[in-house]
Amino acid sequence: MTAESKVTSMREAIALHVPSGSMILLGAQLEQMIPFAAGHELIRQGRRDLTLVGPISDILFDQMIGAGCVSRVMAAWVGNVSAGVGYCYRRAVERNIPRRLEVVDYSNLTIALALHAGAMGVPFLPTYATLGSDLLKRNGNLREFSSPVSEETLVAVRALRPDVAILHVQRADAQGNAHMWGSLGVAVDGARASQKIIIVAEEIVEPAIISSDPNRTLIPGFLVSAVVHEPGGAHPSPVQGYGGRDHAFFREYHERSRRVEDFEEWLSHWVLQVTDRRDYWKQLGAARTDALAVKEHAFSAPADFGY
Amino acid sequence: MTHRSETNNSITRSYNFSELMVAAAAREIRDGEVVFVGMRLPMLAFLVARRTHAPRAVGLFENGIIRETPSTKLLYTMGDPPNILGATQCGQMLDVMGLLQQGRVDVGFLGAAEIDRFGNLNTTWGHRDNEMQRLPGSGGACDIACLARRTVVLLAHDRGRLTDRVAHITSPGFGTGGDWRRSHGLPPASGPSAVITTLGVLRFGHDGEAYLASVHPGISVEEVLANTGWALRVAEELIETKPPAEAELNVMRELDPNHFWTR
Repeated sequence: MTAESKVTSMREAIALHVPSGSMILLGAQLEQMIPFAAGHELIRQGRRDLTLVGPISDILFDQMIGAGCVSRVMAAWVGNVSAGVGYCYRRAVERNIPRRLEVVDYSNLTIALALHAGAMGVPFLPTYATLGSDLLKRNGNLREFSSPVSEETLVAVRALRPDVAILHVQRADAQGNAHMWGSLGVAVDGARASQKIIIVAEEIVEPAIISSDPNRTLIPGFLVSAVVHEPGGAHPSPVQGYGGRDHAFFREYHERSRRVEDFEEWLSHWVLQVTDRRDYWKQLGAARTDALAVKEHAFSAPADFGY
Repeated sequence: MTHRSETNNSITRSYNFSELMVAAAAREIRDGEVVFVGMRLPMLAFLVARRTHAPRAVGLFENGIIRETPSTKLLYTMGDPPNILGATQCGQMLDVMGLLQQGRVDVGFLGAAEIDRFGNLNTTWGHRDNEMQRLPGSGGACDIACLARRTVVLLAHDRGRLTDRVAHITSPGFGTGGDWRRSHGLPPASGPSAVITTLGVLRFGHDGEAYLASVHPGISVEEVLANTGWALRVAEELIETKPPAEAELNVMRELDPNHFWTR
């Protein structure tokens, strides 16, 4: 019996699985494999009142906040990693532009632990991190408690169970069994903690390719709701073995998001006026996309699973 | 801003203050230590240490990467592909955070918008002209400040940034001094060790308060005090920060030839 393929378009996947008001995990692999194509589709479909969850989001959170899609952020860091602050984030927090934004500040360890607790199916997990900090005072999901097994105070990090995790990966089969390598961050826990998973893949491959290397299968397909084939869908963030980081794009965004008028122009040019990722890729231009292509492949040695 | 140092009547190569800070930061890493590496100047410091006095230092990155052979490419982020290629391990964030929490990270590097006399850091709320400015937040900084055995902070030295009391404790230092860390449940062997600024190096007394331990070449103590937002104590045996050595500068300029990070 062949299971039905979960492969669908980005438009369909977002329309079906991510309604307004959803809590979404994005940017789980930190600076790599950020699902920009999915974020842009969420903006185009006019989602509102989203809660964004992620450790450090780089500029995707900033764009979605600037586009008015977001009412709450639960993250350790929001900005532009190589350029500095996120201007849309600042405008939203400081001046409610374009709308009010609630921020729940985590550290990297505590957001990772919250997702790990979600993945483990327990209400919280303990840590020493954030003791003595103002994060502990201001984030209601971090609570001090006395250890029942030692004479210590620890922090209970409440489990997070996002409605949907959107993960960009190198390759997946039509069922969503996904191979991922490079910077993993909180992707594995984040996927398991979430109620639904959308896999965005550079390549759709035969199941035999995935099952030939099960240690690299970091997301099992039976947990996945939709699979989107979207090469280049993580640009400007890098995908190991598929494309480099477009540093200039991050810098340009930094300049063009400084003033709200310029940001709106940027958003129109790169998101709203763009029909889909193919269109976006065309707009980037061959010179730019060629420069990001892998110059020198570096394949790992095959692992023998024989017996 | 460049500085030419004269020692023993010989003029060494000129360098700028970023390069001096990188060299000073590199010297905080001892051979064989496990280092939680940040980006920008600390990243360069780790590379300099590895290539000079600490060839067996191991680098941990919060995205889950462990490296024993540092990338030779200039990195803009720790997730840049050259930082993956040739890594010792690419695990998950909690893998490296677990090592940190176990006390197996000897030194972690942090930047900050603000630091106070007890080494508490703020990267959450800044202020300018009486207006609050939202900054990016903790990232892994709070975790490192809580859990690393030693924390080394790098920042530009001015009164606005070295302040008597930070507006928000993103990453705890010695709190209000004394046994504050212990009473808040933080690990006994942990806390700020050095603050490397554009003017000098601060260290911490047993009471948890910072003091000026060394001044950079060409900088006066008065200049440091005038640019510090509290009455900074000065070490009895104040020294001058050693300028970057030839070998250290060579590594920095090989990795950052256009001074992207070391402006």
